[in-house]
Amino acid sequence: MSLQILKQGAEGRVYLGDFKGKACLIKERFVKKYRHPELDTQITRQRMKAEAKASERCQAAGILAPRILHSDLNTHKLYMEYFDAAKTAKQFIQEVVLTQAEDAAKKSLLEFCTRIGNIIWKMHKNHIIHGDLTTSNILIKPEGGNYNIILIDFGLSHYSQATEDKGVDLYVLERALLSTHSEQPYLFEHILGTYRNESGPGVITKFEEVRARGRKRTMIG
Amino acid sequence: MVCALGIEGSANKIGIGIIRDGEVLANVRRTYITPPGEGFLPKETAKHHREAILGLVKSSLKEAQLEPSDLDVICYTKGPGMAPPLLVGAIVARTLSLLWEIPLLGVNHCIGHIEMGRLITGAQNPIVLYVSGGNTQVIAYSNKRYRIFGETIDIAVGNCLDRFARIIKLSNDPSPGYNIEQLAKSSNRYIKLPYVVKGMDVSFSGILSYIEDLAEPGKRQNKKKKTLDEEVTNYSQADLCYSLQETIFAMLVEITERAMAHCESNEVLIVGGVGCNERLQEMMRIMCEERGGKLFATDERYCIDNGLMIAHAGAEMFRSGTRMPFDESFITQRFRTDEVLVSWRDD
Repeated sequence: MSLQILKQGAEGRVYLGDFKGKACLIKERFVKKYRHPELDTQITRQRMKAEAKASERCQAAGILAPRILHSDLNTHKLYMEYFDAAKTAKQFIQEVVLTQAEDAAKKSLLEFCTRIGNIIWKMHKNHIIHGDLTTSNILIKPEGGNYNIILIDFGLSHYSQATEDKGVDLYVLERALLSTHSEQPYLFEHILGTYRNESGPGVITKFEEVRARGRKRTMIG
Repeated sequence: MVCALGIEGSANKIGIGIIRDGEVLANVRRTYITPPGEGFLPKETAKHHREAILGLVKSSLKEAQLEPSDLDVICYTKGPGMAPPLLVGAIVARTLSLLWEIPLLGVNHCIGHIEMGRLITGAQNPIVLYVSGGNTQVIAYSNKRYRIFGETIDIAVGNCLDRFARIIKLSNDPSPGYNIEQLAKSSNRYIKLPYVVKGMDVSFSGILSYIEDLAEPGKRQNKKKKTLDEEVTNYSQADLCYSLQETIFAMLVEITERAMAHCESNEVLIVGGVGCNERLQEMMRIMCEERGGKLFATDERYCIDNGLMIAHAGAEMFRSGTRMPFDESFITQRFRTDEVLVSWRDD
């Protein structure tokens, strides 16, 4: 069986394969030789399980995420639903900025941010913490004249009701947006605005606390 | 040609370095070492620095075989750091600047580490892992700034190690981290500890509390931990040191690797005091080899806080035209790496 490698990331590689005759995505995690074998096994298993669980929870909550078809803990492979013609939000944002006039670009990006804000709120309402919200982990799949938004890469996710964890989740997203899309500083603000409208102040207050903690981190050494 | 004298005193080291166009002329340092179980406090550290600094200035000039008139600029650490020790360096720098009529320049401590590492190793545009007692950051250069990709969301990795060394009463001589490293070599028993990576960020405070409980069972009355306590007693200090290192270094290597993948870079530079830990260097080297990348690291002379790095970063700033009016020669405890405009790099 020839496999087409789609992406080689820091933690593993993703390729196109098939599962019971249906096209699927196979995500294989590498064994990391630098860490203690016991720790490595523990982390790999924990992340594969987290990914499978969060995906299931997202389906139940009506959030689009790849369906897990099969998982093989021994070969570190997850077989999951493949989304044809999808691109990452990172590509999407860059394309919009390049191809549209400034005002139109901002308008479509703000619309996009409203949807992202809603999805994240929905996820947190169901106590799913993504753990690694970046624009590389959000997929855009064109559908008719519009598009669907799919969340992926739940390896660092967990289930938690704590506002602290939700606040940190938002903080991770803010940092990712600042470093990858520093030209569009309004993105995160808008996502947060939408989130606030839905959630009320609880998580937002915690988020601001986490952010203040992060900013202070210019200490001695 | 820029000849610079640098004064560093942001934490428990006081160091003077002299550099002329990338050529090291002098690098002298004294460390304030506290008894086992105790950390260094601002007031006492400043006292130590006050007593040592003038002798160090004299011996650095002697070692470099220079007269004050040979210097072009005097650099000092402007921050981040503890205020009282920082002030000692700043006051001496100001005094010398007026006395010898030489321009004065305040330098960001973190930038000093990065530039020193680049000079010594020759790394061009690496992902920088900056790990010390007060800082834990993964940094990448882009568009005239050193941008922070990932960092600790609570305590620094060195702080976690130092505080653990205090709990098990390890010596602070030459440094608590060094003694943990040596003790860890005598164990290979891995104890499961929390592993906390959040996106590109890491967290150490939970690990520290957890291992505190393992090291001193029963000290904290926690009913939930009771079952745990019973099996704990047979862990040796070496086992704990070994497991702590394995866990926290794996977290650091992981976020560094993610930054490499994100920035499509294949060079890593480790700087800061924890950077001279050989186990951390070894783990990072294995990761780099697996990716076809290259690791750059330095030894304790340049990794641990020193005056030379301040002199070098200051010389680079001075060369590219940065000047500082005398009334701006203050210090600041909070001074982020990404606040500095990197005027000396053109890439």
